[in-house]
Amino acid sequence: MAFFLQSVLSGVLIGGIYALIGIGLTLIFGVMRIINFAQGELVMVGMYVTFFLFRLAGIDPFLSVLLTMPALFVLGAILQSTLINRVLDALPQNQILLTIGIGLVLSNTAMLVFTSDYRILSTSYSSSSVAISGVHLSTPLLYCFAITVVITGALYWFLIRTDTGCAIRATAQDREAAQLMGVDVRRMSVLAFGLGAALAGAAGALVSPTYYIYPQVGGAFTLKAFVVVVLGGMGSIVGATLGGVIIGTAESLAAAYVSSGNKEMVVYVLFLLVLLFKPAGLLGKSRM
Amino acid sequence: MSPLLEMKDLDFAYGDVHVLHGVSLTVDKGEIVTLVGSNGAGKSTTLRNISRLLKPRSGAIVFDGHDLTRLSPHAVVELGVVQVPEGRRVFPEMTVLENLRMGSYIKSARPDREKNIERALALFPRLRERRNQLAGTLSGGEQQMLAIGRGLMTKPRLLLLDEPSLGLSPLLVKTIFDTIAEINAQGTTVLLVEQNVFQSLRIAHRGYVLETGRMVLSGSGQDLLGNEQVKAAFLGV
Repeated sequence: MAFFLQSVLSGVLIGGIYALIGIGLTLIFGVMRIINFAQGELVMVGMYVTFFLFRLAGIDPFLSVLLTMPALFVLGAILQSTLINRVLDALPQNQILLTIGIGLVLSNTAMLVFTSDYRILSTSYSSSSVAISGVHLSTPLLYCFAITVVITGALYWFLIRTDTGCAIRATAQDREAAQLMGVDVRRMSVLAFGLGAALAGAAGALVSPTYYIYPQVGGAFTLKAFVVVVLGGMGSIVGATLGGVIIGTAESLAAAYVSSGNKEMVVYVLFLLVLLFKPAGLLGKSRM
Repeated sequence: MSPLLEMKDLDFAYGDVHVLHGVSLTVDKGEIVTLVGSNGAGKSTTLRNISRLLKPRSGAIVFDGHDLTRLSPHAVVELGVVQVPEGRRVFPEMTVLENLRMGSYIKSARPDREKNIERALALFPRLRERRNQLAGTLSGGEQQMLAIGRGLMTKPRLLLLDEPSLGLSPLLVKTIFDTIAEINAQGTTVLLVEQNVFQSLRIAHRGYVLETGRMVLSGSGQDLLGNEQVKAAFLGV
């Protein structure tokens, strides 16, 4: 029983990170109907920023969230206003090519500048764990999860309580009607992409004590975020939150009870089953 | 006195399809002006040009001295020209109250938000009962009330209404038109696009008849109601 509980809880903790990346992806998709295939690469940029802040300035990775988020927000906003705004009315395949291209440029630039060496950010607590009635939970993952909950909560608050947040939701629900309310939808797009990138940056900072840092690490995150978002229902933030936790838990249980080499397989089988029986995703109809 | 809104020789085309051929109209402060015509005549296209959702090929649209054709859609709203679009277009995943709050998104409307919500709920008591319900779950008539209420949240100087009676029961149609007259009596200038020619001419001060993108008739509401051509084409008498 403790073993089962252990697996579920570890899965939920990892799932929080998947949710964070997925929420960024779904926010961008909701507002612009564009799938950002560079989402994982933005996580990678966040990881490198965190790594160097730690190495050069000694800033704790969890504290550096306060710096990576604004930095990635700015990067995202620049990408949106210079590149992505130009393809808002283009064919979907062109939009996909653009975001994949941005991802390639980011990962190859990282390779050029930082080489493809694997780097490890090790803190004093990197391998410590906390035991709660027989269940051992990794300390960095616990911190990571707590911060994820705070960030997600703040985002929900922003989207539901503030005028700007409501304008983002309105743009996602009916772009034209939002314009008729006086919403500058191009500005909302820049804001949404900035926020999505900031969430990716936060995720990058939070996982850097537990993951290897290398230029190609983004691909796996993009794929996982995509699965999380489709599972939860494209454009649904609650869905992405739920999807992240489900994928994290499934992965962890599969690693514990099947084999850690096959955990991805279990995740994708689960994903295919949801697509077969609920093609719009778990919360496919409700949007944000 | 120059009119509040003046549209001059507006030409618009969707690609190669020429939709509006030199449409001109004026709306004076305090009026209800209606633009009637059959399906496909270009009525909605005219309104969408005013709100800058479409860009005209040529022609001018001047509102209170401002050339609207140079502005972006949100700037038109900030000037006080608000459109209630065809098909209601409420935000389906927001509650009635959230929709009304979105109606007062622009900065100048925020200080009076609570007062204007109260005004909208007083105008449509049904919305008060449903204020915490998601807009997507409302009936068609309630959604129309919400769309109009939302459009009033900025206290617009010119309200553009696109087919507010579409798809509503006859009883509700009369209520909606009476409400529009009431909104106008409270001081809002209205440009109303309608297929329901009889009801809209009944409440309008002046009317224009649009036929396949050309203005063919104009006059006071009463004159047009009595016009043989209008009777034959729209009123079935």
